Amino acid sequence: MRYEFFEHTADAEFKAYGKSLEEAFENAALAMFSLIVEEGTLAGKETRNISVEGKDSEALLYNFLEELLFLIDSEGFLMKGVIAITIAEGNLQAEVKGDIIDDSIHPHGEVKAVTYNRMKIGKEKDIYHVRVVVDL
Amino acid sequence: MERIDDNTWEVPMEGAMRVPGRIFASENLLELMKKDRTLTQVRNVACLPGIIKASFAMPDAHQGYGFSIGGVAAFDFNEGIVSPGGVGYDINCSVRLIRTDFTVKEVIEKRTEILDAVFKSVPPGVGKKGNSPFGADALPEILEKGSGWIVDQGFGRRSDIDRTEENGCMDADNEAISDKAKKRGASQVGTLGSGNHFFELQAVEKIFDEKIAKTFGFTGPDQAVVMVHCGSRGLGHQVASDYIKQMEQKYGIEGLPDRELIHAPIQSELGQAYFKAMGGAANFGFANKQIITHHIREAFEKILGSSDSMDVVYDVCHNIAKKELHRVDGRSRMVCVHRKGATRSFGPGREEVPSVYRSVGQPVLIPGSMGTASYVLVGTKEAEQKSFGSTAHGAGRVMSRSQAIQTYDGEEVVKDLAKKGIEVKGTSFRGIAEETYQAYKDVDEVVRVSDEVGLGKMVVKLRPIGVIKG
Repeated sequence: MRYEFFEHTADAEFKAYGKSLEEAFENAALAMFSLIVEEGTLAGKETRNISVEGKDSEALLYNFLEELLFLIDSEGFLMKGVIAITIAEGNLQAEVKGDIIDDSIHPHGEVKAVTYNRMKIGKEKDIYHVRVVVDL
Repeated sequence: MERIDDNTWEVPMEGAMRVPGRIFASENLLELMKKDRTLTQVRNVACLPGIIKASFAMPDAHQGYGFSIGGVAAFDFNEGIVSPGGVGYDINCSVRLIRTDFTVKEVIEKRTEILDAVFKSVPPGVGKKGNSPFGADALPEILEKGSGWIVDQGFGRRSDIDRTEENGCMDADNEAISDKAKKRGASQVGTLGSGNHFFELQAVEKIFDEKIAKTFGFTGPDQAVVMVHCGSRGLGHQVASDYIKQMEQKYGIEGLPDRELIHAPIQSELGQAYFKAMGGAANFGFANKQIITHHIREAFEKILGSSDSMDVVYDVCHNIAKKELHRVDGRSRMVCVHRKGATRSFGPGREEVPSVYRSVGQPVLIPGSMGTASYVLVGTKEAEQKSFGSTAHGAGRVMSRSQAIQTYDGEEVVKDLAKKGIEVKGTSFRGIAEETYQAYKDVDEVVRVSDEVGLGKMVVKLRPIGVIKG
């Protein structure tokens, strides 16, 4: 399982999993975009590079997801998937693919912001998990 | 919890609470609040420094981020705090009502054309670019001068500004807003947004108070009006995120009952910076709706021949913090009122109320969910005494979006609404299913409680006839 959602009246809470922290972050990004656009509607013709800093894993995750939201509003870029992602001390680098919104793409939802609300990053039996609540 | 009267409940002080909680709700609405974290959030807010009188929940309150949505709290302007979580991510998410002299029949005959035209000129949905001539270059003016500047550029009427809360311009500082926030907002001036944001053609269904209705510009049950609900878009979301982060770094989250209640003293450098950045985002929201108003009038001119009668009734903020003077225990105090998913509801006499309405009180606009009624109320002196001049803002969700899409099909929702005489145009069926009216509280009950408590008295009931869903 890449990710799962939990009941939340107004916003959305999900948990994403991965064999590495990188994979868990990748799945968190996919979970967030499942709230925005139906799977399978994007072709992934464009790529973008993301570089963010943060003092801990939580800050890196927050800043990574926030950067993806920033690309939607600033460029109309919707992420389809992550091509590569590396996390080093205080820094995250990623290459993502996606498409610029046009009349053939009909996103169904908007994520206003990533939050630190109930955010949790951990590891159980070799599986990393991250929990995020996003504001809708 | 102690019952004060039919619709008023007190949450007694416990633990670190500095003031009690006060809930305005019927038994039914209170039961709904007990199902999520609303009451815990009311208690948490009661712990914040400088809070005065009580931590309030309006009749439509539900679980939010930090504050509940429908949460109201006032803080001493010198000793108190300001919290981005008490305003919300969508700063100045707000509602504007425009009257017309067109009959419901006239509008219904041209309904599809009007919806198509507005859908084109006011792009709804995620990541859509606006059709306004105002981009990044105009942002400093928009952020500091609000909708008045837009009117000065030829997009609207002087009276639009007089009939906007804060006259469409709050105290703001362009420098307090990050480049990132500006980049998110640069292409979004004149866009509707997504989620619960909408454009609605409505019919006056019922008038409760003839005299006040007339003062507000309503003529009778045959009248068509237009309602717009939207906010400060990505720019406002980024301002909230930026300051939540900065406040966490500066003050830390230790000792907070809830991480999302991060705050800064109002008079601190960071508190003041947030206040002025929030003001800028609010001005962006006002300006956004001013451009949208222009496009709506254009559509009516083209399709129905004129927009002369289309005056703004009022434009109210639903997510905001305000510097206001209130009577507390017999003396005047300057306070910072946080209204998160709540509407200001000032009664007659206050100078903030537009002069045309000052003898009766301000119009309070409470939209329902898609397919249900909306209401116009009038602000009261009682609200000023009971809730720092605040009342409800809408229906409030009871069902999560994921539950809504599992239970309802977007195409069916559209057909269902068509049977009720409502034409809906959206960007996706899933988005329509997420916002179906069954996922929201009963707005009629929310408004009834507001009326009974005296927080806002019912003036007019409106029913939707055409909807553009963001």
